[in-house]
Amino acid sequence: MKEKNMNKSITGIVAPLPLANVDTDVIMPKRFLITITREGLADGTFADLRFDNSGQQRPEFILNKAPWKQATILVVGDNFGCGSSREHAVWGMRQLGIEACIGTGFAGIFYDNARKNGLALPVVSNETRDKLLEFAKNSSGEKISIELDKKTITAGDILVPFVMDEATQASLIRGRDDTLDTLEYTSAIQNFETKLDDRMRVNVIK
Amino acid sequence: MTRTLYDKLVDAHKICDLPDGDMLIYVDFHIMNEYTSPQAFSGLESKGLKVWRPEAHLSVVDHVNATRSVEAHDAQSKLLIDNLEKNCTTHEIAFYGLGDPRQGIEHIVVPEQGLVVPGMLIACGDSHTTTYGAFGALGFGIGTSEVEHVLATQTLRYKRMKTMRVNIDGGTTLGVTAKDIIMKVVQVVGAGGANGFAVEFAGSAIRNLNMAGRMTICNMAVELGARAALIGADETTEKALKGHSHSGKFEFKGENWASDPRAQFDEEIIISGSDIEPLITWGTSPDQSISISANVPSAQDYFSPKAKDALERSLIYMGLTEGQSAKSIKIDTAFIGSCTNSRIEDLREAAKILKGRQVAKGVEAIVVPGSAMTRIKAEAEGLRSIFETSGFEWRPEAGCSMCLAMNDDIAMEGERVASSTNRNFEGRQGRGARTHLMSPAMVAAAAITGHLVDVRDFK
Repeated sequence: MKEKNMNKSITGIVAPLPLANVDTDVIMPKRFLITITREGLADGTFADLRFDNSGQQRPEFILNKAPWKQATILVVGDNFGCGSSREHAVWGMRQLGIEACIGTGFAGIFYDNARKNGLALPVVSNETRDKLLEFAKNSSGEKISIELDKKTITAGDILVPFVMDEATQASLIRGRDDTLDTLEYTSAIQNFETKLDDRMRVNVIK
Repeated sequence: MTRTLYDKLVDAHKICDLPDGDMLIYVDFHIMNEYTSPQAFSGLESKGLKVWRPEAHLSVVDHVNATRSVEAHDAQSKLLIDNLEKNCTTHEIAFYGLGDPRQGIEHIVVPEQGLVVPGMLIACGDSHTTTYGAFGALGFGIGTSEVEHVLATQTLRYKRMKTMRVNIDGGTTLGVTAKDIIMKVVQVVGAGGANGFAVEFAGSAIRNLNMAGRMTICNMAVELGARAALIGADETTEKALKGHSHSGKFEFKGENWASDPRAQFDEEIIISGSDIEPLITWGTSPDQSISISANVPSAQDYFSPKAKDALERSLIYMGLTEGQSAKSIKIDTAFIGSCTNSRIEDLREAAKILKGRQVAKGVEAIVVPGSAMTRIKAEAEGLRSIFETSGFEWRPEAGCSMCLAMNDDIAMEGERVASSTNRNFEGRQGRGARTHLMSPAMVAAAAITGHLVDVRDFK
């Protein structure tokens, strides 16, 4: 397995984003999707929340205000990342400097996309999430810390556990390239293919 | 040992366990579009990798293309379309581009081409890939990094999900369609209520649906968070595939792509078919829906402050007042299209309502058939002339169009759309645009009256 630098903890200022069902259209509006690269998506991230129609910053939006302007961690509402599969949402959040979102649950595709791009999504209980939301709202710039190896979050006096499956945890800590890692299983894949049922063996007509 | 259909499908595709807790699963068939695949191809190139099995992939242009004409409407969308064609040529992958008689919305094209059969595992960089569960196949959406992974390895890293069964028994009443059934499920389970679950739909109300209806159900299951949606294969499935599978000779060989009778699910939901009415969404999440005969919720209907806040935010965005009747909501635009509801069966249902009637003055009504083949079939059946005579604009090219407004079909700020699509998110159909989801027949009825209306009043 290829291993880059181990990344066991994430430390940063935390911002509250309590809206439920924040979908990937809101995270990355479609007008920023007409692109063939992964880059240049920071401005598109939460664009309609951050900017008004004339492109001016909305001063009332949390990520436009001090100290949350510097936030690298978000505490989010239920079902964050629902909707479209667009990985652009995660690319954009990373490019905006977001390293983790703490929530009660995330949409499946968003969760997997996050893992592939080093965006940590610790899952906590409702009660814990609300506690962290309060902490984030009252923040004057204190940093909180997410220990990926111990699966704990420390925010001031708060020390709470979070849930994360082991594969995601390992992937975030090691920052692996799944495609290259999987190619180490080439012979297993080839063996499987020899047993494929003809009815499943698609050969798309060009 | 009894197993659910989901477990049978996962077991049949499992190559091996991986040391970190994932497993490696085999992808029988993979579909790509022009907007979630470019960075996957460039990923392959930067790593010096080849496509593992080029014949197991299909690329379709559908998300960004104009539907008024076969020409791309601007340089950026042309760049995406040309880029996909170039990538497919380089890697010897089938490409159904603009002007190809097989082009259309990916999830309409795939069943049309017979490319899905029971027992398959299908992945695509699009969340509505759950559609293929209608055939007893495991279909699910993936991100662009996973598109790269499938291209290079024909596999995915996977974690087995929990299982949920939604049982809908009893006859549905006249005017209630598959769209209303799945909107009811989204309302009951909630957006995100099935996060982490593979959801199977069962019961007589599901069994009685044709394949088009089953596809609508599985398609929109992603709106409750289901990563996979399933309906057991049965005689309806087999009949639909006879002579129509990719090999032309699909038949069951004694296997059963359905859950075993006593299979255990982690969660069971029961909904009575006869309780379902034609539904419309009033808010900005697909679970914010009400019966067409009901009123928009009021703050007094909710207890938690959070729910009250969400209600208020949705109402402000949607420009509605608490307690106003669904039927009092006037529309600017009627849109029939999308991977949820643009099949020939959907167009027939809408045409039944439109026949001999006129679209209300001031309403812009648009229909975008789901594929070139669907359009040609509809034209041959005389549906185009019914739509056009009533005042609908019949689009000559197929695509996702105003469902997500990535092309030039964009609703304006404040514009209110009755839409046969799948998502009513803020900004989905255009910045500030207001979407009401409903069945294609209900969209047609709303186009006629100029406001949301009960389709049952039209029969």
